[in-house]
Amino acid sequence: MVRKPTIAALLVAASPLAAAPVLAATHTIAPGEGAQERLQEALILAEPGDEIVIGAGRYELTDGLSLDVDGVTVRGAGMDGTVLDFTGQAGAGEGFLVTSDNVTLRDFALENPKGDGVKSKGADNIVYHRIRVTWTNGPDAGNGAYGIYPVESQGVLIDGVKVSGASDAGIYVGQSDRITVRNSIAEANVAGIEIENSRNALVENNLATRNTGGILVFDLPSLPVMGGGNVVVRRNLVVANDTANFAPPGNIVASVRRGTGILVMANENVAIEGNVVDGNPTAGVMVIAYTQPFDDERYNPYARNVAVGENVFGRNGYEPQLDGADRLLAAFGGSLPPVLWDGNAQGGTGLRVAEGVAGWTLGLTRPGQAYGEANPAPLKVPAPADAGWDDSGIGAPPELEDRLG
Amino acid sequence: MKRGRAILAAAALSLAGAMAVRATPPGAVSDEAVTGEGMPRSLSEYGFFADAAAQVPARNVIPYRLNTPLFSDGAEKLRFVYVPQGAQIAAQGEGLLDIPVGGALIKTFAFGEGADRRLIETRVLLHRADGWLALPYIWNEEQTEATLAVVGGRREVTTPAGERISYRIPNKNQCKECHGLQGAVVPIGPKARNLSQDWLQDMVPARHLAAMPASSDTMPRWEDRASVPAEAAARAYLDVNCAHCHRPNATASNSGLDLRWEQEDRQALGVFKRPVAAGRGSGGHEFAVVPGRPDDSILTYRMDSVEPGVAMPELGKSTVDEDGLAVVRRWIAGMPAS
Repeated sequence: MVRKPTIAALLVAASPLAAAPVLAATHTIAPGEGAQERLQEALILAEPGDEIVIGAGRYELTDGLSLDVDGVTVRGAGMDGTVLDFTGQAGAGEGFLVTSDNVTLRDFALENPKGDGVKSKGADNIVYHRIRVTWTNGPDAGNGAYGIYPVESQGVLIDGVKVSGASDAGIYVGQSDRITVRNSIAEANVAGIEIENSRNALVENNLATRNTGGILVFDLPSLPVMGGGNVVVRRNLVVANDTANFAPPGNIVASVRRGTGILVMANENVAIEGNVVDGNPTAGVMVIAYTQPFDDERYNPYARNVAVGENVFGRNGYEPQLDGADRLLAAFGGSLPPVLWDGNAQGGTGLRVAEGVAGWTLGLTRPGQAYGEANPAPLKVPAPADAGWDDSGIGAPPELEDRLG
Repeated sequence: MKRGRAILAAAALSLAGAMAVRATPPGAVSDEAVTGEGMPRSLSEYGFFADAAAQVPARNVIPYRLNTPLFSDGAEKLRFVYVPQGAQIAAQGEGLLDIPVGGALIKTFAFGEGADRRLIETRVLLHRADGWLALPYIWNEEQTEATLAVVGGRREVTTPAGERISYRIPNKNQCKECHGLQGAVVPIGPKARNLSQDWLQDMVPARHLAAMPASSDTMPRWEDRASVPAEAAARAYLDVNCAHCHRPNATASNSGLDLRWEQEDRQALGVFKRPVAAGRGSGGHEFAVVPGRPDDSILTYRMDSVEPGVAMPELGKSTVDEDGLAVVRRWIAGMPAS
């Protein structure tokens, strides 16, 4: 694997064009003896522009993998063809850690990582394409937390991935900006897709099913990056999210009620439109303020400027995990209206719901107020003022698309 | 024409390199190996040791200790700093010593005592013109040479506590997971506050250190942990063992937990701080630190685990540091509620 610097490489390195991958090399790894070392060595010695091809087969790995070279593509033979099996993992906090920019990960799978699946931290302009992360034993509190886990990054494109079994979030994007999550499947996780403390995120054309909560958008206090907002959730299938919450207590998602389709908490400028939302036992859409006490003056606990536009709502809220569920069901005629609001509005920035969409409010008046003080009532809020959102600047930078296909 | 000249120039360079290595007299460090472009394949190429197996350093390679050290499964650690002839370290208050370009830090990890001592690995941090480079070297069975292992490795060892473990030697990327700050590799250990005042004072007349640091803050010595205030012992331990990741701009910055010695904000230190990405690492607990209740604190729960995904630190740990855990538990147990 050790590459001798060629004369050409020396010349390129001395030129201002050094960043261009003129001499991109392909390194192919096959399964078998020493595969872990060969793969990790290729990841360490790669140069910008190189491609690392992980051949078809199953790789039993004992330690986490990591990549810290910009501009590298790691490609497998398909999410069912190349499987990195971490069932015997003995060290590291995730299966695969990426800490460099302009990286493309595509067409391979991770199974049973002990901690997180793929984590990319401070890794700008990263593409995850057709990656699968599976905990093969299904929902279990002993599974790792996040499947796909980009954090503190500018430019994230997640396309065509599939995650199941995560004890926190299947696809989690945290403290990042310019994000697209699309064409992906999140199944049987606590949270299917989670956009946390992030801005300018587009979540579209995904399937979130059999999770405890389908798609979550929220902001938490006391983190280096806060002020989440500008999030569009559109044209997703959010159906039958009915798995009992199996998150280890203490984590924020452990408080997600079983059967929450789309949750917005403590965020601003969130548009929910064109989704099919059906079979979520607690609520189709839930919009709430942050409920816990906090000590961080930078933090805004309210959900502000949240617009629920035209969506297809099936039967939701038929078995709500809420105090007084029986009385509520009786009052609303057997199942709750699809949109649940806690009633907390900061000034005039409260919830907006398209005409004809039914909802109900808890009638709370301040964040953190006990649900016992709720005054449930049918929802009466204005329709969104402007149906057309300016979504330029929302989603991953368009040039990341060039790395798909 | 250009191409031909380039080939000649490259040939001359490599020849010069070879000659420089051969010209290094015994007992002297090869500055070419430290500051050159490549990754030397064997530890002996640097010439850091007059007798490597016995860990006897060469000229201008100075051994040092830390007041409170990083726990690495109980490995004995032999630490050295190389200061090139004519160059000097500059102190930066109580913080990291500013080791000049051309300098290096060398740390050997060993298990076993006396004649049974086995050198397992030697990690070097080389200060080159374009920044620090971290490289791991693994010792052979014969203890005659350590060879570059960018992918790290595992070795069966017996810890001082008598535990038989698969000891992990980090790969080159993992070196950076701990040594990374704002994307660059930096040293962690030799901060003035964690070095012996006597050692620092001796470094000045030896002309290795330009002047004593102005700071007076000093972390307690680990062997004194029972007799110093619990907070001082615990905060020193957390700074040395955790804060290279758990601080702004480092590997665990996104957690919001900041365990540096100088941090004074209780919530940043974990007091009533909820987890962010702990997953099952929370152990069912709500806060990193609950004053007075170490059994309900995530911090101690994760220190007390060796399970990947739960255990902290994530790297370089196959066993629980019972002494470190006891110190942190004592600190939390005695912590006032507000």
